[in-house]
Amino acid sequence: MTQAFTQRHIGTDADAQSRMLATVGYDSLESLVDAAIPASIHVDQFRSNDDSALPPAATEREAITELRSLAGRNSVKRSMIGLGYYDTVTPAVIKRNVLENPSWYTAYTPYQPEISQGRLEALINFQTMVSDLTGMTTANASMLDESTAVAEGMLLARRASKVGARRFIVDADTFPQTKAILEGRATAVGIELVEHPLAELADAAQDDVAEALGDHFGIFVQYPSASGKLWNPAGVISASKAQGGLAVVAADLLALTLVTSPGELGADVAVGTSQRFGVPMGFGGPHAGYMAVRKGLERQLPGRLVGVSVDATGHPAYRLSLQVREQHIRRDKATSNICTAQVLLAVMAGMYAVYHGPDGLKAIATEVHERTRQLAAALRAAGADVVEDTFFDTLRVSVPGRAHDIVSRAANDGINLHHIDNDTVGVSVDETTTSSDLTIVVGAFGGRDLFGRVDFSETQGRLPTDLVRTSDYLTHAVFNTHRSETSMMRYLKRLADYDYALDRGMIPLGSCTMKLNAATEMESVTWPEFAGLHPFAPRADVGGYLELVTQLETWLTDVTGYDTVSLQPNAGSQGELAGLLAIRGYHLAQGNTQRTVCLIPSSAHGTNAASAVLAGMRVVVVACDELGNVDLTDLEAKIAEHAESLAALMITYPSTHGVYEHRVSAICQAVHDAGGQVYVDGANLNALLGFARFGDFGGDVSHLNLHKTFCIPHGGGGPGVGPVAAKAHLAPFLPGHPLAQSDEHYLRTDGDGEVKGAATSTVVHGGSPVSAAPYGSPSILPISWAYVRMMGADGLKQATGAAVLAANYVAARLRDSFPVLYSGDNGLVAHECILDLRPLTAATGVTVDDVAKRLIDYGFHAPTMSFPVAGTLMVEPTESEDLGEIDRFIDAMIAIKAEADAVGGGRWSAEDNPLRNAPHTAQSVIAGEWEHEYDRETAVYPVHTLVRNKYWPPVRRIDNAYGDRNLVCACPPPEAFE
Amino acid sequence: MADKTTLQYTAEHEWVQVADNEATIGITAYAAEKLGDVVFVELPAVGTEISGGTVVGEIESTKSVGELFAPFDGTITAINDAVVDSPELVNTDPFGEGWLVKVAFTALPTMLSYDEYSAIVGE
Repeated sequence: MTQAFTQRHIGTDADAQSRMLATVGYDSLESLVDAAIPASIHVDQFRSNDDSALPPAATEREAITELRSLAGRNSVKRSMIGLGYYDTVTPAVIKRNVLENPSWYTAYTPYQPEISQGRLEALINFQTMVSDLTGMTTANASMLDESTAVAEGMLLARRASKVGARRFIVDADTFPQTKAILEGRATAVGIELVEHPLAELADAAQDDVAEALGDHFGIFVQYPSASGKLWNPAGVISASKAQGGLAVVAADLLALTLVTSPGELGADVAVGTSQRFGVPMGFGGPHAGYMAVRKGLERQLPGRLVGVSVDATGHPAYRLSLQVREQHIRRDKATSNICTAQVLLAVMAGMYAVYHGPDGLKAIATEVHERTRQLAAALRAAGADVVEDTFFDTLRVSVPGRAHDIVSRAANDGINLHHIDNDTVGVSVDETTTSSDLTIVVGAFGGRDLFGRVDFSETQGRLPTDLVRTSDYLTHAVFNTHRSETSMMRYLKRLADYDYALDRGMIPLGSCTMKLNAATEMESVTWPEFAGLHPFAPRADVGGYLELVTQLETWLTDVTGYDTVSLQPNAGSQGELAGLLAIRGYHLAQGNTQRTVCLIPSSAHGTNAASAVLAGMRVVVVACDELGNVDLTDLEAKIAEHAESLAALMITYPSTHGVYEHRVSAICQAVHDAGGQVYVDGANLNALLGFARFGDFGGDVSHLNLHKTFCIPHGGGGPGVGPVAAKAHLAPFLPGHPLAQSDEHYLRTDGDGEVKGAATSTVVHGGSPVSAAPYGSPSILPISWAYVRMMGADGLKQATGAAVLAANYVAARLRDSFPVLYSGDNGLVAHECILDLRPLTAATGVTVDDVAKRLIDYGFHAPTMSFPVAGTLMVEPTESEDLGEIDRFIDAMIAIKAEADAVGGGRWSAEDNPLRNAPHTAQSVIAGEWEHEYDRETAVYPVHTLVRNKYWPPVRRIDNAYGDRNLVCACPPPEAFE
Repeated sequence: MADKTTLQYTAEHEWVQVADNEATIGITAYAAEKLGDVVFVELPAVGTEISGGTVVGEIESTKSVGELFAPFDGTITAINDAVVDSPELVNTDPFGEGWLVKVAFTALPTMLSYDEYSAIVGE
C-alpha cells in the first residue's frame, strides 16, 4: 500500500513525536496545540469538523492523475497574442538544472551571503544583463512583473522629481494591463494619470511638447509600443526632463539587442519583463520583471539589489546591498512595499543570456524581426492594412469588420492572435514562430499560401536608422564562455554548490516557513499544459486552469473561514496591498471617505506599514507590551482618538513574536465597534491551519503566503504567491482585471451567520488589478493545489501540530542555553521561538552575527537574525524536519553556546576565536601557517560527523559596510577573483 | 575636533556649535555608535531654507536609517562634502571631520548643555 503523503511531508513520526512531547511535557499533539491556542478561537467553536470542503487526502499518484486531467482541459495553442508575453524556448539545460533543481528552487532569499554566493552571482549576471541591454547604470535583482514595475517606476519618479506636480503622463499606446494597474495605484496615492498619444509628439519642438504635456513629475513610454510601433521617444523624454520630469521607459529586452537602449534615449528608469528570455509564459507567471536606473537614482530602487563587497580576507564577495532602504527599517517611509524578487526566474533569464551570449541573443532577435518583416509583406499582399511601418515583432493589422473571423480562423488552425477590436488584429512573432505558423496566420487573413512567396524591398520594415543599436552589451566574460551544454551544466552546478538550500539541511528561518517543497507538488509546473499558456488566451483554452483556480479558491476560503479568495497577488506584499485597497474601496463605497487611518502594532512586519501607505492610508502605531502583545489600553486610546477616521487594524496572528495572543477576538471586536475593518496578516498561518480560522475570530480580510504555508518553494528569493481572502462584503473590491477570462470567483454560501453579498455561489471581484496577469502566477498554483489535495483537512491539522511541537521542542531544549523571549498561555510558543542572545552578548561579546556565521561551520543556515527583536535569533523548524536534524541543530546551538562561554571565560580572546572568525573556508585552514588560538579541526570540524558531510562556504565573513559605501552592482572583472 | 563640553545638544542626538550667526551641526558619538557603520549621508543643498523640527537629511548605516532634524529655522550655508564622499567620517570623528551642515540663523532656541545631554544618554 502507498504511504500517505502526510507521512512523507511531516518529518517526525509518531515515535519521534512522543519523545518530543515528553520533553515539552504533553501527552498528545492535540493537547499541546489545545494548550497553546486560546480555546475561544478554536475552530470547533465555530463549526463541526465534518463541514470541511476539502476532499479526503489523495495519494501522490492520485493527485498527479487529477492534475493530468485538469491539464488535459487546457488547450495549448501557438500564442501570437503578444502584450508583453511571448513564447520562448527554455534551454533544456536551464530547465533541468535550475527550474527543476531543488538546489536552486528550495533556497531562501540570500540574507546570509556567505552561503548564497551561487545565486548572488546568478543575480548579478541578471543585473548586468539588464543594465547592459537597457543602457542604464544600475539594475535591481528583479521585480514582480512588468506592469507593477511600471507602477514602481511611477512612484520612484514622484519621489525623485524636484517638481511638485501631481500629474504622471502615460503614453496612450501602452499595454492595457499596465494602464489598469497604473490607474489603481495612482488613484490610491493621489497621483493624477494623464493619457497622451506621445508618438504624435515625436518630432515636435520642445516648447510644443512642453505645452502639450503641461505640468507633470514624470512620463511613461512603452518601447516598442503596445501596438508594435517602434518610434523614437528621445525628443519627448528630453522635453519632459527639461521641465523636471523623470522618464520611465518599459523596454522589450529582446528588442534592445537591436534597437537603441532607453539609457541612450535619455530615460531615467527602465522597466520591463525578462519572460521571453527562456521563462515559460505559464498563463501569466511567475516571471522576473526588471528595473534599472541612471546614475544618481540607485538609492531610490525598490526591491532587492545585489552588490559586490569583500570578505574578511579582502576577496570579492556578493551580498544584498542597501537593505535598510526597505520595509523592515523604514516601514511607512520605505521606497516600496515589495520585499521579494523573482529570483528563480531572474536566474533563468540571466542564464538564458549566459548560454546564448550577445551574438546568440542578437541572432534570435534578428530572426524574430526578419520574420515579422516577411509577415508584414505577406499580409499587405493579402490586402490587409498593416498600420505601422516601423516595428520589431508585433504588427497591428486593420481589417474593418473582419477581426472576429480572422481570429477564429487562426484559432481553428491552432494559433491565438490578439483580437483588439472588431476592426483590428494584433500579431506578435517570437523565438518559436515557424514559417508554417506564419503561413497559417497569413491564410487566416485571406492570403492562403502567400507567406514566403512575396517579394519585398530590402528597406521595407527595416528598423528606423536613428534607432539602430550601435553600443555593445554583454561583453563580460560570463556571457561569452558557456556555449557548450557541458560548460553550461558545470557552471550551473558550480554555482549551486556554493549555496546552502533545503537539499543540504535545515533552514530554520523564523517567519519564513522553510518546509518541504515536495517533488510531486513540483512535478506539473513544467508540463506544457500549465507552462505554455498565454495569460490572455481565450477562456475556451484555459478550462483546466480555471477549474484548478476555483478548487484552490474554495479550499483556501474553507481553511481560513473567509468567503472568497483572489489568487492574483503575486507576492505577500501585493496581497497586503490588495486587501487594504479592498478595505479602502469598501469605506469609499459606504461614503466614508474620511476613513484612512490604519492602526499597526509596533511589533508588525514593516511591510504592513509600507503597504498601508500605498493604499492611501495613514499609519498610526499601536504600542505593544513587554510580551510583544498588542497593548489593549493603547489600542483603545488610539481607536477612540481616531474613531471617525479609522479604516483598519492590521494584526498578525499568531504575532510576529510567535505567540498566540488570547485577546485577539476582543481586539477585533473593538475595531469593528468603531467602524473599522480588521486585516489579519496571514504570514503565520502555518501555526493555525486546522485549529483556528481568521474569519471565525474577527478577520475581514487576510493575505496568505502560499510560498510559506502552502509549499511553493522560495526559489532563492521568489517567486511567491500572496492570495487575498476576504469576507463577502469586501468581495466587490478585491482585484479584478480588464483581460480576465472570467471575473467571477467562488463565494462560500454555507451559513455561519455572516451576511452574504449574494445568494449565488460566485461573486465578481471588481477592484483594480495588483498584478499584470489576471491570476497572478498561475503556473505555480498546482504546487499548493497538490499540497492541500494530498494532505486533506486532517493532514493539514497534523502538519500544524507537528510544526508547533517542533518549535516548542526547540524552545524546551534550548531554554537553558538561551532565554526564550516570548511565550503565551502555558509558557508555550507557536510555530517559532525567539532565542535571546543579548545576555550572551553582554557576558561574552559574542554577537548574533558571530553565532549565525558559526552555524555555517556546523553545517546550518542561520535562523532569522534580529527580527522581530534586535540581538535575537528566531527559529522556525517547520513540520518537515525530522527529529535527527532538529537535534543536530539544537546540539550545534548548545556547542556554540559553550564556545561563547569559552570566549567569555578567557580561554579564547574576543578578537581571535572560532565564532568571530566564522565562517571558515577550506582555504582558511589550509593556506599558510595556522596562527589562531584554536585548532583547525575546531574551525571546520567542530562535530565529527562533518568530516564526511561538510558544507564548505566559498567566502569568509562579508563586510557589509564596504559594499554599501562602494556600490557596485554588476559583474566584477574575472581578474578580481584571482 | 570641537570641545564636546562647550557644544549645545538636541534630544535628537545632534550637536550644535555656534559662531556668530552661523551654526555647525553634526550628530553625537552616541548617535553614531547606535547607528553603526554609516554608509551614506544625504544632506540638503546649500541655500535650502530649513525650519526647526523638520527632517532635512538622512544618515544611513548598514542596519538603520537616522534622520537629520533641523534644530531651528535657518538657511543652509555649507554642507560637508567630505562626509558625503566618506560617510565613515561620521563614525570615526563625529564631533570633528564628521560635521554635516552649517546653518545661518536669526534666533536660537534653548538647547541642551553637555551635562544635560550626557544625562539623557546615560553617560
